[in-house]
Amino acid sequence: MSHLGNFLVDSLALSATFIYGSTGEILTEKAGHLNLGIPGVMCMGGAGGCLMISIAMNWGVPQPLIALLGVLGALIMGALMGALYSFFAVTLRANQNVTGLTMTTFGVALMKVLMVKDDIIYLKNDRLAEAVACFRFPFAGRGDKLQTLGFMFFLAVIVAVLATYVLNRTRTGLSLRAVGENPATADAAGINVTRYKYLATIIGSGIAGLGGLYYIVDWMGSNEAYKTIEGLGWLSVALVIFVLWKPWLTIPSGFIFSVLYTCANHVSSISWINGTMEDTYLFQMLPYVFTIIILIVSSVRNKRENQPPASLGLSYFREDR
Amino acid sequence: MDASKRSFLPIPHLAKREKMNIFAAMGIRVLAFVLGMLVCGIVASLLVKDISFNWKSMKSFYYCFYEGSFTTNRKLLAYIKDLAVLLCIGLALAPAFKMRFWNTGAEGQTLVGVLAAILVNFYLGGSGNPDIALGDLPLSLIMLVAAVLAGCIWAALPALFKARFNTNETLFTLMMNYVAKYLVSFSIVRFLTNANSSGSMKSLSSGRLPVLFTQMPSIDKPGTTFKIPQSLNDYLIVGCIVLIVTVFMFVYLKYTKHGYEISVVGESTRTAKYVGISVKKVIIRTMLVSGALCGLAGWLIAQVDKSVSTESSVHGQGFTAILVAWLARFNPIFMVATAGIVVFLNKGASRIATDYSISPSLPDVFIGIVLFFIIGSEFFVNYKLKFSFAGKAEEVSK
Repeated sequence: MSHLGNFLVDSLALSATFIYGSTGEILTEKAGHLNLGIPGVMCMGGAGGCLMISIAMNWGVPQPLIALLGVLGALIMGALMGALYSFFAVTLRANQNVTGLTMTTFGVALMKVLMVKDDIIYLKNDRLAEAVACFRFPFAGRGDKLQTLGFMFFLAVIVAVLATYVLNRTRTGLSLRAVGENPATADAAGINVTRYKYLATIIGSGIAGLGGLYYIVDWMGSNEAYKTIEGLGWLSVALVIFVLWKPWLTIPSGFIFSVLYTCANHVSSISWINGTMEDTYLFQMLPYVFTIIILIVSSVRNKRENQPPASLGLSYFREDR
Repeated sequence: MDASKRSFLPIPHLAKREKMNIFAAMGIRVLAFVLGMLVCGIVASLLVKDISFNWKSMKSFYYCFYEGSFTTNRKLLAYIKDLAVLLCIGLALAPAFKMRFWNTGAEGQTLVGVLAAILVNFYLGGSGNPDIALGDLPLSLIMLVAAVLAGCIWAALPALFKARFNTNETLFTLMMNYVAKYLVSFSIVRFLTNANSSGSMKSLSSGRLPVLFTQMPSIDKPGTTFKIPQSLNDYLIVGCIVLIVTVFMFVYLKYTKHGYEISVVGESTRTAKYVGISVKKVIIRTMLVSGALCGLAGWLIAQVDKSVSTESSVHGQGFTAILVAWLARFNPIFMVATAGIVVFLNKGASRIATDYSISPSLPDVFIGIVLFFIIGSEFFVNYKLKFSFAGKAEEVSK
C-alpha cells in the first residue's frame, strides 16, 4: 500500500480510541456529569485489560478467549473507576472537576505503577506480540496495513451507533437526557436520578476503559504505549464538544482527530516536506490547536440546539430549591 | 416519642449543615487524612513485594515519609523549595478558581514561563551569543519579566475568548498545556541544544540568584551549623519570594476591591452585572494575575534547575495545584498547609519508590488516595446525615 493508504488506515484504526473515550464521556455528560477523570479511566481500563490478558495467557486459554477476557477486564476496570467517580460526585456530591482531576492523577499513576511491574502484568516483547495477535480478527494474516483494523475497531463503531440509538430512540435514553437537563424535573417525574447517574457513569467509564486497552494492545502494540494515553484521554473529552454530544458523530470526527494525531508519525516519510526531528513536535501540536479552534468556533456560533446538557457540572441535591 | 413504633432500620436522610464548628471541620479532615494514609499503607503492601501488612513493615513504610522530607538540612531545604513552587502555582490558581474560571492550564502557563526564562538566559547570558553577557542580577530580572509575560500571554488567550464568546475555558486551557509542552520540546531542540553533540542541552551557568543565606542550624547533628551551598541558597530565596506572594495574595483576595469583585463574579455573574461590575474586565484581569504568577513559578523552576529543563519540568504540578487550592477553599494561608501535605506525601512516596525500586509514579497514587479521602470528607463537613425512624416520621406528620 502507498504511504497515503498506510497513513489513512493507521488513522482510521486510531480513531477507535477516540470513539470509545468520547462515547463513554458523552453518556456520562448526558447524566449531567463532566467526568474529567476520563484519561485516568482510560489508563486504568488499559491496565485492567492487560492484567486480564496476562492472566489469561498464563492459564493458556485459546486466542479468541484471551481477547474477550482482555475486553472484559478493561470493561470491568473502567466501570470500577466510574463507580468510584459516581460515589464521590453523585452520593457525596463532591465538586465534579476536582473529583475528575483526582481520578486522572490516581488512574494515570496507578496504571504506570502496574504496567511496569513484571509480577502483576507480564506483557513483554514476544508475549506482547502474542497478545496483539489475539486482537487481529477478522483481517488476521493479511500482509498489508489493513490487518491493523481488529475486531475492537468494529466494536467501537457498533458501540457509538448503539449509544446514539439508546439516547435518542428509547425511553431509557429519554430519561437519561432528562436527568442531565434538569434532575429536579426528572425526579418529580418519578425517574430515579441517582440510579441513572450511577449507571450512565459506570457504563460510560467501562466503554472509555476499552479505549485504553485498544490503544495499548491493538493500535500501538507496545510496552511504551501507556505513557501517552493521558493526552488521548483529554482529546476525547474535548471531542465531545466537537461532536455536539452525539455519539455517532464521534466516528467521522474521531477520524479527523486521528489524522491530525498520526500525521506527526508519518510526516518524516514524506520527502517533499523534508521535516527534521524538531518539526515533528510542531506537528504533534496539531490536534490540540485544532481542538482549540473547534472550541472557539463552536462558542462563536453558539446555536440553541448545540448546547451541553443544562445541568452539566452541577450536583443534584433534592432538598435544594 | 413512642419507642415501640420505631422500626429497626433507620432511614438515612441528608440535610445541609448551616456552618460547622471550625475545629470539628478540621477534625474531620485530619481523620480523613489519617484514614487515607492507612489505605496508602494497605495499597503499598498489595503493590510492593517487600512491604507486607504487619507492624514492623508498616512502621518502616511510614517512617519513609518522615525520612523523605525532614531528616537532613538538604532534604528540608528541598522540601521548602518544592513546597514553594507548588504553592506559587496554587496561589496563581486561587483567584481564577474563586471566580469559577476553571483554569486547568497552570501546567502550560508555568511551562512557557520556564521556556521564556531559559531562552532569555541562553541569549542574553552569554551562552547563545558571546557578545551579550549580562550580569547575574539584571539577567535574573529580565528572565523574570520574560517568564511573567509568557505566563500572561498563555493565560490571556483563553480569558479573552471566555470573556467575549463564553468559550469553554476548562478544555481551552487544558489544550494550551499540550501546545506549551510541544512548543518547549521544539524550542529546546531548535534553539538550546548543541547542534553537533548528542542532543544534550547547553549548560546555562549565568543568571544566578544572589547569595543571601550561608548557614543554618544543623538538624541531624544538633548544636552544629550547616553551611548552605549556593544551590540550596537558591531554594531558600525561592521560599522567601513565595512567602511574599502568599501574603500578597491573601491581602489581594480579602482586602482589595479586586478581590471583592472576584468573589462576586464567582458567586453569581448576574449579581456582578447588576451592581455594575464589568464581568469581562474582571475575568481578563484575574487571568492576567493568574498567568503572571504561573510565569513567576516558571521562573522559580528555571532558576533552580536551568540546564535540566525539559517539557516535563513542571511534573504535573499544574494539576496538583488545582487540588491544593481547592482543598484550602482558595485561602492562601490554608494553602500553605495543603501544599505542605501534598509535597510531604510526594517526597515520602518518592523515597519509598526508590527504596523499594518501584515506578516513580507511586507518589501520585498515594496523593490520589489521600485526596479522595479528603474530598469525601467535605461531604461530612457540608451535610448532616440524619437517621429518622419510621415512628418518629409519623409523629412529625401528625
